[in-house]
Amino acid sequence: MATDAAKTHPWHIPEPSPWPIVGTIAGFIMAVGGIWYMHEGPIYLFGVGVLILLFTFYGWWRQVIIEANTAGEHSEEVKVGLRYGFIFFIASEVMFFFAFFWAFFHSSLPILSNVAQVWPPEGIELIPAGGVPLLNTLILLSSSATVTVAHHALIDDNRKKAITWTWITAILGAIFLFFQAEEYIEATFKLSDGIYPSTFYLATGFHGFHVFVGTCFLIVCALRLQKGHFKPDHHIGYEAAAWYWHFVDVVWIFLYINVYIWGSSSFGHITAG
Amino acid sequence: MSDTAHDHHDHRPTGWKRWVYSTNHKDIGTMYLALAMVAAIVGAAASVVIRMELHQPGIQFITDFQFYNVLVTAHGFIMVFFVVMPALIGGFGNWFIPLMVGTPDMAFPRMNNLSFWLVAAGLVLLVIAGLIDGGPGTGWTVYPPLANADYHPGMAVDFGILALHLAGASSILGAINFITTIINMRAPGMTFHRMPLFIWAMLLTAILLLLAIPVLAGALTMLLTDRNFGTAFFSPEGGGDPILWQHLFWFFGHPEVYIMIIPAFGVISEIVSTFSKKPIFGYLGMAYAMAAIGVVGFVVWAHHMYTVGFNVETRAYFTLATMVIAVPTGVKIFSWLATMWGGSIKFDTPMLYAMGFIFLFVVGGVTGVTLANAGSDMAFHDTYFVVAHFHYVLSIAAIFAMYAGFFYWIGKMSGKQYPEGLARLQFWITFVGVNVLFFPQHFAGMAGMPRRIPDYPDAYAGWNMISSYGAYITAIGGLLFFVVLWKTLTSKETVAANQWGEGASTLEWTVASPAPFHTHEDTPKVGSQPAE
Repeated sequence: MATDAAKTHPWHIPEPSPWPIVGTIAGFIMAVGGIWYMHEGPIYLFGVGVLILLFTFYGWWRQVIIEANTAGEHSEEVKVGLRYGFIFFIASEVMFFFAFFWAFFHSSLPILSNVAQVWPPEGIELIPAGGVPLLNTLILLSSSATVTVAHHALIDDNRKKAITWTWITAILGAIFLFFQAEEYIEATFKLSDGIYPSTFYLATGFHGFHVFVGTCFLIVCALRLQKGHFKPDHHIGYEAAAWYWHFVDVVWIFLYINVYIWGSSSFGHITAG
Repeated sequence: MSDTAHDHHDHRPTGWKRWVYSTNHKDIGTMYLALAMVAAIVGAAASVVIRMELHQPGIQFITDFQFYNVLVTAHGFIMVFFVVMPALIGGFGNWFIPLMVGTPDMAFPRMNNLSFWLVAAGLVLLVIAGLIDGGPGTGWTVYPPLANADYHPGMAVDFGILALHLAGASSILGAINFITTIINMRAPGMTFHRMPLFIWAMLLTAILLLLAIPVLAGALTMLLTDRNFGTAFFSPEGGGDPILWQHLFWFFGHPEVYIMIIPAFGVISEIVSTFSKKPIFGYLGMAYAMAAIGVVGFVVWAHHMYTVGFNVETRAYFTLATMVIAVPTGVKIFSWLATMWGGSIKFDTPMLYAMGFIFLFVVGGVTGVTLANAGSDMAFHDTYFVVAHFHYVLSIAAIFAMYAGFFYWIGKMSGKQYPEGLARLQFWITFVGVNVLFFPQHFAGMAGMPRRIPDYPDAYAGWNMISSYGAYITAIGGLLFFVVLWKTLTSKETVAANQWGEGASTLEWTVASPAPFHTHEDTPKVGSQPAE
């Protein structure tokens, strides 16, 4: 990296990097491969894109970790910037889910749409909100608590405790995903059975994907904790993982209240019979 | 690879790696400007072909009407996502945010490069979309059912959707970068209330991007699954509703029009102040007017869809909310005029374009108030009146801001003096051209001529022919721009660090021209400028 003898500002100006263009190539191949797959083609081209994307993640973030830990590029000012950046990323994610909630309300509430009919539509066998979804709510809420325990342990320089509770959080995430998958398998409606499954599967599916990403993020953080990457006063990556985890938790609470509970009630809906 | 040790901090990469691997805000800004220029040639060519087809009643040469629809779609997509946004936000934003806030580069220089390459990849996907399976004939609004698999069974619309996904990812990452840079990296002394108005404009634009683009991404994903995986979001036969698409699209789409014009506000504010040799009139009012436009812009989306069958209360609300936007917009117009009032005005090309912008924006704004009325819009919806309105207020206004910004900053970017006489000629040709092109469309539209139709009754022949001649004049202006660009870049005449004199008080004029590869390595101190 650059020698900092002449540097008079706190900012991190990285050297030229191949990762942005490699990541773009990954995205381009995934787009073309995805379209090919959707039009009766094989899926391997899409898979090639995903592999290049994962390679980009590995190479790019590996370099960021080196810059943070070895090269000392993360000044206090740079850390503030990284936090801002991640918060804004989460804000954009919130607006992505906003679209799917809009689709759900528009489709189910006659006050919002001229064509909203009986909700839940006839023939849809609902997943009882008090069953597995309630269990998953408890699991995810607990995991938000456990990640906080881990984070506080990290701040208190209790690395062992932080490692344990981060792994517990990641395992809770995996259990949530297991139950969510089981719920999908046991559901009697499939994706193409009309508007109810459309909104249900895309909203909960994108949430599930975010839980998957967040779980991977937590596992990486647990491994990095074990390697001693994080300091009590310098652990931006860990903070980001914790914030992301709280974000998927909040999205789930909205999903649970609106899609599972309100969606199976008669409030505001036209009900059958 | 960047792991390699470099012993000198000012090491300047050379060859193709300088550009492809770039982490330099100026190089990335230049690439954005180049991409916008290439895309502009394609987008403008599409519009000239459209005007040639509409030159006279009857079918001139486009016998495949799907091709006509593809031209309309390509023109819209390219101009919005690959010309105006890359030039005003990616180009000028990247070049001048670090220079004007007094910091060496953007907050996340590598992610900045990712934003550029993603929009370039999006453009490639869009070109593929236009060439495959008959192309997308949906218009840039991609309304189902026309956009669904029944009417566009091929890959074209899917390529269009993925093109927008990549361009959207680019915009979101760019927005994160811009907001973080502006909030976190301003030079000491530059409080929010001392930021140049261009920086205010970029901050607000980035916030709008951050909140609006993901909604489009969600909607596009639903369209993709409707087309390919049997979901029913927009198909009534499955209990869905095509109107849902319109809500989601315009909830993105209306902020999107401010995403295109707020950067223009910023450029114009800098230029009007510089060439009037006066600080901008009502600085805080100007900044908060932009903020108000941004906020209210999120709650007016349904004025794009008055004809879908809303109840009267809904239409009354959206009419009212839309007209409210005229208030902060008026604050801006009158503040620009008040800045010029009593100023020592120099009519160089940037100022000519800035004044042209104000004129075009006012004409388009007035027709905007007309269209804000749900009552009158029921008649004007989907006519050329709407086409004339949004080309004045948004498209041509944004293009004028791009030309204005180019002539204002090309000295800083290249160190070269543009040819003033030729540039003024280029302005006048363009100004006459766009007015001849779009003003008659008001009359054609009021007489009932519909949008997006390759043929029309003889009654509309006159206005259409004038309009087509305007398109040819504008195209000549566009070609002349590339002559001016060539003459500028090959010019031997250089410019001083501050070529505009005392009126230009922002920080980019304190560094040499052309701006060195790295600037503001020593953090500048900011006094009371640029606000009062």
